[in-house]
Amino acid sequence: MYTQGLLHAKEDDRAAPEPAGALARFQARIDAEEKIEPNDWMPAAYRHTLIRMISQHAHSEIVGMLPEGNWITRAPSLRRKAALIAKVQDEGGHGLYLYAAAETLGVSREELVEQLLAGKAKYSSIFNYPTLTWADIGAIGWLVDGAAIMNQIPLCRCSYGPYARAMIRICKEESFHQRQGFEIMLTLARGTDEQKAMAQDALERWWWPSLMMFGPSDAQSQHSDASLRWKIKRFSNDELRQKFVDATVPQGHFLGLTFPDPDLRYDAASGHWLFGAIDWAEFRNVLAGNGPCNRQRLEQRRKAHEDGEWVRAAALAYAEKRRARAAA
Amino acid sequence: MAPLFDYTLRLADSALILGHRLSEWLGHAPLLEEDLALGNIALDLIGEARALYAYAGTVEGQGRDEDALAYKRDAGQFRNLLLVEQPNGDFAVTITRQLLYSAFAHPFWRALAQSRDATLAAIAAKAEKESAYHLRHAGEWLIRLGDGTAESHGRAQRALDALWPYAGELFETDAVEAALIAEGIAVDPAALRPDWERTVQAILAEATLAAPAGTWMQSGGRSGRHSEHLGHLLASMQFLQRAYPGASW
Amino acid sequence: MGARGGACLCREAAGAGGGMSEAPMPLWEVFIRSRNGLAHKHVGSVHAADAAMALQAARDVYTRRGEGLSLWVVPSSAITASDPAEKDMMFEPTASKIYRHPTFYKVPDDVGNM
Repeated sequence: MYTQGLLHAKEDDRAAPEPAGALARFQARIDAEEKIEPNDWMPAAYRHTLIRMISQHAHSEIVGMLPEGNWITRAPSLRRKAALIAKVQDEGGHGLYLYAAAETLGVSREELVEQLLAGKAKYSSIFNYPTLTWADIGAIGWLVDGAAIMNQIPLCRCSYGPYARAMIRICKEESFHQRQGFEIMLTLARGTDEQKAMAQDALERWWWPSLMMFGPSDAQSQHSDASLRWKIKRFSNDELRQKFVDATVPQGHFLGLTFPDPDLRYDAASGHWLFGAIDWAEFRNVLAGNGPCNRQRLEQRRKAHEDGEWVRAAALAYAEKRRARAAA
Repeated sequence: MAPLFDYTLRLADSALILGHRLSEWLGHAPLLEEDLALGNIALDLIGEARALYAYAGTVEGQGRDEDALAYKRDAGQFRNLLLVEQPNGDFAVTITRQLLYSAFAHPFWRALAQSRDATLAAIAAKAEKESAYHLRHAGEWLIRLGDGTAESHGRAQRALDALWPYAGELFETDAVEAALIAEGIAVDPAALRPDWERTVQAILAEATLAAPAGTWMQSGGRSGRHSEHLGHLLASMQFLQRAYPGASW
Repeated sequence: MGARGGACLCREAAGAGGGMSEAPMPLWEVFIRSRNGLAHKHVGSVHAADAAMALQAARDVYTRRGEGLSLWVVPSSAITASDPAEKDMMFEPTASKIYRHPTFYKVPDDVGNM
């Protein structure tokens, strides 16, 4: 899902021709499950793919603070308020760890943020949907974080050391996010008729976008074989999506909710929940910038960045003054 | 027991409202590290509020829990300081507000940790450590802003000028507190003024900022006479509980 | 990044990812000694203008779950790394900087080849 922006990206061929032996030795290290670290030799394509993938993941976390942040001031109990603040704060932290990992590859956080704010970088399409009710906060924790976890656990074994380590830290922190979301849904599902309706409505709006998070089906996807060969990506889109559906559908039934998919049925032979056709036109449209909240999300991030410029400038100016005084 | 209930409620309300204000910054702070820092301070304050509300409800003995107290009272029944309900403004306003509050909160909690009321003392002991960090964070930032660029200095000075009138309320006492102070349960805030002034003046000096002189001090929060801001804050905060009465969240 | 450290690295707008006018916030590496009293361990990095700010940021970012008894912050530029490669794989100079924080240096045109 963090590679959604790489959909039609071509193999990076801007590098100078690489020493023949080096590529083979690099592949041997990968095959032996060795970790690649910042100062190690790596093909230019490996470096560039990782920068894009890690930065898209980082951008997703940062933009992801906004739909949930939208409900912090309206959280309906002090316990929910505290949990939501902690969750959104965690997402900021995850973005930070990921920018830090990307920076080990020779790019700065500032550059990456500039790309995001200029509309040149992608982030997970799911965050371009609005949070309209409190139930959306439950749905995001349950479904969106649930989908993210499916993707993130394999990434803990990514071949690039700093990314793998950031993912391990993230996965440890992530464990309460999905549980918190599910608990909200459970409370609503067991609540008043209005609350049940709120939960049902949220599922109807977030289910298909959550499935789209895993990216196009393998047949349509142009994801590079290199990502799998270099152990950056470890499972295919369809594999992860199916895993997510199989885990989540029983949870939804436990809640007493109905999935917005008339074709959803259990296939005893395969042991999988089969689901209906995804509307890829919607997915492409949102990715292209026409989702309900794309412009708004970027505007909010731009505003935060611009409003904060004088603060950052002040911090740097003060540090410089202190250095000058110490030297004098 | 009414004075103890009122007293505890005052402390809880200030912590909650300030925590709420800080939580508005998440996703909008000047740098990512600060989203996390302000989030930490917000969580500390909300944690303090929850502990205090729980105790207030126990003291009152009418079955009101933390949410009943936080979500079901109208603005006129809130007892927080006027300072904490002021809007976030720009980062300079937020940091100045935090400094003025935490420079008081730190010695306050340290003193309350000696309270004859064991519950208040325990809450205070934890809050003291938290507020020490809040004070350092706010103080260091105000120095950076005051002694940073011309723009940051201007904003910091304007923030100080705007918020200074709310500092006086920190040191007020009334009949509610007088008896509790005499019993060794509550802290006399007036006694904390020299400490607060020393701390604040030292930071302002290093920040090259000037505290306004001869300012009329605003008052009324502790008896429920608030600024226009609190109504809007509560309307948003309490909306779901009000719109769906009787529901559990 | 150079021995000067991170204060004001002014970046060439042309070279960077489009129109950057703001000076970057220096990068600091963070090391934490956990409660178990082991040696400090590298946990990641933060951006901050100076050491005091870096220490605060490290505390706020990396010790939210009680992970810290002791914190070290070091400017990334101060770290020198050994060459991880075997000698037949050596394409980097020895004692290179581990983090390739990009910098651009202004060189006058008439200096010639550099």
